[in-house]
Amino acid sequence: MLKILKYSFFDLMRSSWSYVYFAFYLLLGIVLLFLNNDLSKAVITLMNVIIVLVPLIGTVFGVMYYYNSKEFTELLLAQPLKRSSIFLGQYLGVAISLSMSLILGLGLPFIAYGLFKSSAIWDFSLLLITGVFLTFIFCALAFNIALSNENKIKGFGYAILMWLFLAIIYDGLFLMSLILFEDYPLDKLSLVGTMLNPIDLSRTLILLKLDISALLGYTGAVFKQFFGTSFGLIISFLMLSIWVILPVLRIVFKSRKKDF
Amino acid sequence: MVEITDLYKSFGKNKVLNGINLNINKGGIFAVLGPNGSGKTTIIKSILGMVIPDSGSIKVFETSVKKNSEYRHKIDYLPQIANFPSNLKVSELIKMIKDLRGQTNADQDLIKTFKIEPFLNKKLGTLSGGTKQKVNIVLTFMFDSPIIILDEPTTGLDPISLIRLKELIHAERAKGKTILITSHIMSFVEEVADEIVFILEGKIYFKGSISELKNKTQEQDFEHAIANILTENHA
Amino acid sequence: MKIYFSIIIFIISTWLVSAGTLTICESGCDFKSIQKAIDQSKSGDTLYIKSGFYKESNIVIYKKSLHIIGEEGAVIDTQYKGYGFSVEATDIVIKNLKIKNIKVSYTKEYAAILLFKSYDFVIENITVENAFFGFLIQKSKDGKVHNNTISGEGSAEADSGNAIHLWHCENVTITNNDVRRMRDGIYLEFGSNSYISNNYSTENLRYGLHFMFSNDNIYENNVFEANGAGVAVMFSKKIKMYNNVFKKNWGTASYGILLKEINDAELKHNRFENNTIGINADGTNRITYTENTFENNGYAIKVHGACYDNIYSRNNFLYNSFDLSYAGNLNSNEFENNYWSNYTGYDLDKDGIGDVPYRPVKLFSYLVNRTPESIVLLRSLFIDIIDFSEKVSPVFTPENLIDNKPLMTKATW
Repeated sequence: MLKILKYSFFDLMRSSWSYVYFAFYLLLGIVLLFLNNDLSKAVITLMNVIIVLVPLIGTVFGVMYYYNSKEFTELLLAQPLKRSSIFLGQYLGVAISLSMSLILGLGLPFIAYGLFKSSAIWDFSLLLITGVFLTFIFCALAFNIALSNENKIKGFGYAILMWLFLAIIYDGLFLMSLILFEDYPLDKLSLVGTMLNPIDLSRTLILLKLDISALLGYTGAVFKQFFGTSFGLIISFLMLSIWVILPVLRIVFKSRKKDF
Repeated sequence: MVEITDLYKSFGKNKVLNGINLNINKGGIFAVLGPNGSGKTTIIKSILGMVIPDSGSIKVFETSVKKNSEYRHKIDYLPQIANFPSNLKVSELIKMIKDLRGQTNADQDLIKTFKIEPFLNKKLGTLSGGTKQKVNIVLTFMFDSPIIILDEPTTGLDPISLIRLKELIHAERAKGKTILITSHIMSFVEEVADEIVFILEGKIYFKGSISELKNKTQEQDFEHAIANILTENHA
Repeated sequence: MKIYFSIIIFIISTWLVSAGTLTICESGCDFKSIQKAIDQSKSGDTLYIKSGFYKESNIVIYKKSLHIIGEEGAVIDTQYKGYGFSVEATDIVIKNLKIKNIKVSYTKEYAAILLFKSYDFVIENITVENAFFGFLIQKSKDGKVHNNTISGEGSAEADSGNAIHLWHCENVTITNNDVRRMRDGIYLEFGSNSYISNNYSTENLRYGLHFMFSNDNIYENNVFEANGAGVAVMFSKKIKMYNNVFKKNWGTASYGILLKEINDAELKHNRFENNTIGINADGTNRITYTENTFENNGYAIKVHGACYDNIYSRNNFLYNSFDLSYAGNLNSNEFENNYWSNYTGYDLDKDGIGDVPYRPVKLFSYLVNRTPESIVLLRSLFIDIIDFSEKVSPVFTPENLIDNKPLMTKATW
């Protein structure tokens, strides 16, 4: 697996897309920091961008890479290699190279700006960790979709639809159901609803840092326990890990049964 | 060497293999023929473990291929459409495959034979189809495995390379290897094949030498013999 | 001549007597008991309490002007028996003492120092530990409470008292005190013309500072941090609040400052940081909010109904989850020339004022008020989209609630 990972990683590191992605984040970081001159504001804006864009890029990249390397995958399949190591290697190659672009692209301007001396370093690290988690989750989801759909166009369509659903539509339905059932105690429901969507989950993690003052304004013991203690942080990270593990397991499972 | 028993496979509603039984236990060149969609590639991919059969078993050197990957050390495979990661250089690809399968020096001779030295430092994405196929051939033949599977090996090759390929195939046969070939070029098949395995509608319709086929169909010409099978069965 | 002489002798002797000095210590001097020394003293005397441990409570000073001054290390332990000092006198000074273990009662307000109808008093450098009430000052005026430290261990509002509690007092200066873990840090009820500055009030169960029916007071340069419900200013007029810091007041009913039924007040140069609600305004009229900073609050300002003629100008609203929540009509309240970190407009003519007006109220804040649990959707893309559409064509938020001249850079002063 490590060998496949190595080759996939280097293959991607050389592709111009990685540079485009890297350059995009570099530019974003520079514009936010040096034109804005306000670290806190930059971190907040970045959060909005990361929550929405990282999943989109992870999804598109994951699907694209899978379909583009299909013949190469077949070449590998004929070699004495385990299927799971081929797909996990490729998946990790994509996820790691995307994460690298993200971390370096955003990290460099922030380091240049003097992040290490700033108190925003924890907010920023949390942001990057969340971004990496989202990359891993959405690459895995994209691989799942691609594995289940031979048709490239269909696969792309489903992938974009999934992103659209998790990034926007889900929250709309979520909000509607909250308003619809507002006469009932909702704190558990709302937390469960958050856990079931990795984008909401990462958003919550960042809310815990940026908006704790607002979150603590609400009654309900469950909310208090979740947001007021490290419980929320731990559960969120746990759920994010589960969100990585489950799709990865499905990659292994699905790839074992698939015909090429 | 390769033993296939009662192999069934369908893709959705489309039954591709309908109980294939095939036993190859000697060296030589076997051409797997059949019309489009008859299941040639599916058989080959089943042997390679790329397609998971619905039922039936495949054994390579007495070991089942199910949930196994080690047996592929004994098989060299030339895929039909070779599309490699476009950001890799040719030399890197060769290095990588060696890294994955084990060391060999045979690639040096093959590179010379097919004259791909000038392309070694080019990225695979920039190569023409023919050159890619040559690289593909190098990758396949550089390992000295007892079974060789070639899926449409002649695609895109210039006449000189075609001759070299034929020489290569004959040389490998001389070593006593088992070589499975699929091809649409009947003259090529007639020239190299020792035995024909003809597949029709997911079953083995005929297995034997070219002369036996000619006798059976009472045609003098190989190509006509094949055409005869097809027209008779569709009529 | 003899008469003159005797007059002089008389004057000197009365002076000597009236300015007598009594020393109290654990052993070896005139008095072992503070109460006995007070009983023996005359108005105008100074009592020195030497370093030592005095187990006394309910020390009464009645109509004697005394200066009670402790040496470093002088500790009065009331052993949970009642008041520390109970005073009704003018020109009274109590300083440099540590008083501890005040009795907790549900019926009587036991305090380390109780002043009743006392004028011209000074309470200085007193440390109160395990206080029920700290200083309870009633119907008194012209006093100074300076440099004291008061802390309690109460766990519920019912079994804790206030650190500095003024009732019907006038013209009291409360400066440089440190009050913590009490019910209210500083409480003024019917107090007027008082000046409260440089105090640090933290971890109090209810309010860091509490005003009721107290007019014409000034408080400035105080820090109120992590109090149960922040600071409450209620039913008062003409209060001036300058340069205070309100921070980390977190909780369901918690705010930097609660303004209820307040008229003609002025808030200037205050900082509100990390509060669930920065300012909670309910029934406030003619208040100017100028050059305050609101940073990282849940809500910077929450305006309930019945507020008229309030002017918010040159304030900095920085990274609050919500800048403003607003109930009811605009009612001639004005927002102008504030800096909003959420502002996304531009300034083409480079005059430092954004060319596009800013709407500080988001649709989402209405949704959250209605269904509080929807707060978990804060900063979601979907919410941003509906907020944006509301911004383009307001349906739920008051259409004229606008800062027409938002600043492009932070207001400085």
